[in-house]
Amino acid sequence: MTAIPHETTHASRTAGIAYILKKSLISALVALVLFSLMVGVRTEAGSDGQLTYWTRFGEVAALVAVVFGGSIVIELLRQWIGPNGTDSLVPPAVRSGMSFLGRYLAPALLIFTFLVPVIFYDQRYILDLAILVLTYVMLGWGLNVVVGLAGLLDLGYVAFYAVGAYSYALLATNFGWSFWICLPLAGTLAAFWGVLLGFPVLRLRGDYLAIVTLAFGEIIRLVIINWQSLTGGPNGVSSIPRPSFFGIPLDNSDNGLAARLGIEYSPTHRIVFLFYVILALALLTNWVTIRLRRLPIGRAWEALREDEVACRALGINTTTTKLTAFATGAMFGGFAGAFFATRQGFISPESFTFQESALVLAIVVLGGMGSQLGVALAALAMIGGFELFRGLENYRMLVFGMAMVLIMIWRPRGLIGHRAPTVYLTKAKAISSDLVKEGHG
Amino acid sequence: MDYFTQQLINGLVLGSIYGLIAIGYTMVYGIVGMINFAHGDVFMIGGFIALITFLLLVSTGLTAVPVILLIVILVSMAITALYGWTIERIAYRPLRHSFRLAPMLSAIGMSFVLTNYSQVAQGARVKPIPPLITGGYTLHESADGFVIQLSNIQIVVVITTIVLLAIFTWLVSRTRLGRDMRACEQDQTMAALLGVDVDRTISMTFVIGAALAAVAGLMYLLYYGLVDFFMGFVAGIKAFTAAVLGGIGSLPGAMLGGLAIGLIETFWSAYFSVEYKDVAAFSILIVVLIFMPTGLLGRPEVEKV
Repeated sequence: MTAIPHETTHASRTAGIAYILKKSLISALVALVLFSLMVGVRTEAGSDGQLTYWTRFGEVAALVAVVFGGSIVIELLRQWIGPNGTDSLVPPAVRSGMSFLGRYLAPALLIFTFLVPVIFYDQRYILDLAILVLTYVMLGWGLNVVVGLAGLLDLGYVAFYAVGAYSYALLATNFGWSFWICLPLAGTLAAFWGVLLGFPVLRLRGDYLAIVTLAFGEIIRLVIINWQSLTGGPNGVSSIPRPSFFGIPLDNSDNGLAARLGIEYSPTHRIVFLFYVILALALLTNWVTIRLRRLPIGRAWEALREDEVACRALGINTTTTKLTAFATGAMFGGFAGAFFATRQGFISPESFTFQESALVLAIVVLGGMGSQLGVALAALAMIGGFELFRGLENYRMLVFGMAMVLIMIWRPRGLIGHRAPTVYLTKAKAISSDLVKEGHG
Repeated sequence: MDYFTQQLINGLVLGSIYGLIAIGYTMVYGIVGMINFAHGDVFMIGGFIALITFLLLVSTGLTAVPVILLIVILVSMAITALYGWTIERIAYRPLRHSFRLAPMLSAIGMSFVLTNYSQVAQGARVKPIPPLITGGYTLHESADGFVIQLSNIQIVVVITTIVLLAIFTWLVSRTRLGRDMRACEQDQTMAALLGVDVDRTISMTFVIGAALAAVAGLMYLLYYGLVDFFMGFVAGIKAFTAAVLGGIGSLPGAMLGGLAIGLIETFWSAYFSVEYKDVAAFSILIVVLIFMPTGLLGRPEVEKV
């Protein structure tokens, strides 16, 4: 990158304005053609089934103008910042500040999370949002075992989430089993499905694996939709029991928790309880993952991610390694699913579409694949960002998709794009993730 | 037997559409080595552009069906090809030397962008069109009154597919561009050293793939008489299944796989259950990958350390 011939840079500097204008003009022309029909002509089926249309040239003009202006700005930025990587521009002082921040960020965040129900006790909206964020943190950490540690790209993670949710919903509504009995069962069932998926895909690598897991996720969803006698089909399962405080219901009744403690009943109690349940589940996921990374199986996962062939040559059993990764990730997905079912009280196949899988995967990738803190921050950013666009329901996924593309271009390695090895000789040295390859497994 | 023959015809027509989409997947995979996840949505965009062009032409008072069809094909191919080019330029080219997951994730993001872009631009409701090509032939009428029908639209779909395949095969095997494409598929660095413009060749691959997908979108529109913003997802996965079944990277394989998936889906719907036809198609994908990872006509991928 540094060895650009002098003449070239000089030429491109002098031809700057004309060059930028020409490039932006081409972009604008392309945009004009792209948007001409798709945006410029709006079709709609009338009441008699006849298609009608009306034109929207104003919108096309606005979009083309935006593209023109945007590409001028991008070109200018590109010339000013130059082709150098941004890494070298960070001064050492900022770096040490960042590492200081990195050391204390996680504990600070954890303490803050514990205090959220205390601080925001009266704000139901924030509590609900916090529960949602924590659910995705947990899902992200669960998927992180499969994608971040073992390097197996899983596009059907939502299948295990669905298995967990439906396990709890069906067991609870049909047999009246309590949440705390069903939770391990849901996790076990999801892990079982993880192994079931794991077996056929053992031999697949990279992209093939991704597409098969995607197909698997879709199969589960389609079966849930069509097996109406068991799952209720598209109508879903409703009136799923709420969790109890180890047998004591959290309601307004005489033997409810509030009455027993002699305090006034408030519906917020249940929300706060749910908050701590998901926080505990998420921390359990995190703790298990961190512990597993120090066990031989965790090391085998990381070795598998870095190089499968070398792994085999060293005598690591790749079959069990992959299967345990799938099973562990799936189990946490199942826990999260059971929690989701009990929190919502109603589940339907709509909640388990490919979009969810992609969202969780985006969280893991944005978080830097393998970094626990990164995943938590990414979940906060993603779900928080989603909330910002709540009013613009249609534009939400559009923005999400654009963000995914831009993040990949800007920081393909995620927010925290380096990882510290778990095994080291004298001191832990973070490896820039540009040096390792992954996603081959 | 009559029922079987009728389903065979339906399956072949559906398979032609899948095959046209599958070629886009297999070409891109062969050259760049990535799954162009957004390709199914390019197919959907092609269908929408065909619909809009059709609507505009009809409102100008044009009635000659062949003329309408020709203009619609050309316009939707051209604009959809530009979509393919733009997608490659924005979402894939900057990531060409990134790690392997990056283009895949970028493609998933692009797929969301396209799906929701057309939802925002054209609304969420299904867009029907009146049948443009009507009529057909009765091939056989059995004693109990079952009729084997071959409709004109089915003939149009199959003939268009054959003509396009012929042009496409000629393009790949006889032209300079085709030679460049095959060179890039084998070794990009070497091809670049020998004077092949790799960037341009890859761009052209996306353009051709998108143009074929546009025709598939148009055929879908004519055959089923509707488009909606979500049709790209399932069609895309099925076409990818077709590409894998035929052996990814192999062009005749893609067509063969497309026909196979079309037939399997049609027969499954006809003899078992319509609800589980997608499950059948996806299960085929899994089964094929387990027992025949290289597909019907694919070459085994040798893994080097």
